[in-house]
Amino acid sequence: MTPAETSAFEAKIRAYVGREMGPPKRGNDDVNLAMIRHWAEVTGDENPLYTDAEFAAASSRKGIIAPPTMLGIWAMEGYPMAQGHTGKVDVQRELHNIFEAHGFTGVLGTNTITEFHRELRPGDQVISHTVIDNISAPKKTARGHGYFIETVTRFTDQHGQDVGRQVFRTLRFMPSAESVAANQAQSGGDAKLKAPTRIQSPRGHDNAWWWEAIDQGRLLIQRCKRCGTLRHPPRPMCGECQSLEWDSIESSLEGEVYSYTEVSYPKFPGYPDPLLCGLIQLKEGTRLVANIVGCAPEAVHVGMKVRGKVERVDDATVLPNFYPA
Amino acid sequence: MNRTTRTFGSVTLGEKLPPLKIDVTAGLIVGGALASRDFTPVHHDKAAAQATGLPDIFMNILTSNGLMGRYVTDWTGPEAALKSIEVKLGAPNVPGMVMTITGEVTAKDDAAGTVIVSVSGDNNVWGTHMAGKVCVALPKES
Repeated sequence: MTPAETSAFEAKIRAYVGREMGPPKRGNDDVNLAMIRHWAEVTGDENPLYTDAEFAAASSRKGIIAPPTMLGIWAMEGYPMAQGHTGKVDVQRELHNIFEAHGFTGVLGTNTITEFHRELRPGDQVISHTVIDNISAPKKTARGHGYFIETVTRFTDQHGQDVGRQVFRTLRFMPSAESVAANQAQSGGDAKLKAPTRIQSPRGHDNAWWWEAIDQGRLLIQRCKRCGTLRHPPRPMCGECQSLEWDSIESSLEGEVYSYTEVSYPKFPGYPDPLLCGLIQLKEGTRLVANIVGCAPEAVHVGMKVRGKVERVDDATVLPNFYPA
Repeated sequence: MNRTTRTFGSVTLGEKLPPLKIDVTAGLIVGGALASRDFTPVHHDKAAAQATGLPDIFMNILTSNGLMGRYVTDWTGPEAALKSIEVKLGAPNVPGMVMTITGEVTAKDDAAGTVIVSVSGDNNVWGTHMAGKVCVALPKES
C-alpha cells in the first residue's frame, strides 16, 4: 500500500474502535450437557463436576457446572459466519472483511484474559456484549506485518447478571511471501516437522580432532609433548612451555562437579528440561563444561562425584554427559 | 483425575505442578476448534493455514486456554474454582508436535483464598506455545 492508501485504510479500521459488535447476542445454544461433554472429551478434562452428575450433586456445587473455559464458546457465531454463508454480517466480521480486502489475510488469536464471575450450569443463557476496544499501531511480527484487534466482551445471564468478562486479542497480518512459498513447496506441506537437534559444535583447525573423538565415543585431553601438561579446551600452544607439539590421552571420565548452573529460562526446543550445565573437574586435572544428567537439579552439589558417558543425545549430536557416580 | 481437592493451606509458594505432555494431533486441533465453535478455516483446512505461511493447521487459542485450565484443575482437584486465566500465545501448535505443560505456584492470596499458577506450554519444535497465569480458589479445608 502507498502511504496514502495506508492512511485511508487506517482511517477505515479506526472508525470501528469503540463500536459495539452489535446488539447483545444470546448464544445459539444455552449451556448444555452435550457441548460440555464434547469440550471435556477433547481437552481431556476428567473433572467430574463437568460430566458426572452423581459426583457433582454430592459436591459443594450441588450439580453439574460447565467448564469455566467454555465461557466465550457459548456465544460463538459458528459455521455460517466463519464461512461467510450468511447474509448477516456483524460489525466484527465487517472489520475483518476490510482487513482481508487489504491483504491482511492471516488471522491468529494471540491473547485472552478471561475472568469467571459465576459458574454456569446447564440451562443458563449466556448473552455476550462485545466492544471493539482497541486496534494497535502497525506491528512487525514473526508471522508478518499486521495489526492487533482487541475486543472486550461482558457476559450476562438470563437474569441480566454478570457472569464473566473476556479480553480477546487477534492479530490480522499479511503473511510473508517467503513463508507461504516455503510451506506450499514442501510437497503439499507434508514434510514431517522435526524437533531440532542441538546447536552443532563449531569445528575448526585446532579443535575438530577433539569433537571427532567424541563422535567415536572417546573423551580426549590434549597433552603437551614437551612438558606433559594437560590442557582443555584444545588450543595450539602449551601455556606452560609454549611448545606447539602435542598429543592426547583418553579420560577415565571420572570426576566431580566443580561448579554448575541450571538453565531454567527460556526453554530450548531440542534441549532437555531441566537443563543442568556443569563444570566438571576430571580426575586427570582438567575441567570440562558438560551437562549433568540422571538426577534432579536439587540433588546436584559442588564436589558431587560424577561419572561421564559419551553418548548420542539426538540424531546429529554426540556429547559427554555426566551422571552421579 | 484425582477426585480429592487440595486445600489452600496445603499449597506452598514455589510448588511445581507435575508436567503434562500433550500430543498435538490434527484430531486434537480440529476437535478443539469445533468443540469451541471456532470454524475459522486455518484450524481445519490445511491449504488455508498454508496460505498464511504455516506448514499445517494450528491449534486455536480457545483450545490452548482450555488445556491450561484443565492442567491446573487436574492438579487442584474438582472442588477448586477457576477465577481467571490469562493466556498469551507464542509459537503455533501444529500436528506432529508434543507440547509439555509445566506450572508453578507464584502467588497466594490469604484473604481471597486464591493461588496463582504460572503455566507454560512448550512444544518440542518451536518452543513456547503458550504462557499464562491461572487464578484458582481453593477450599480452606477438605
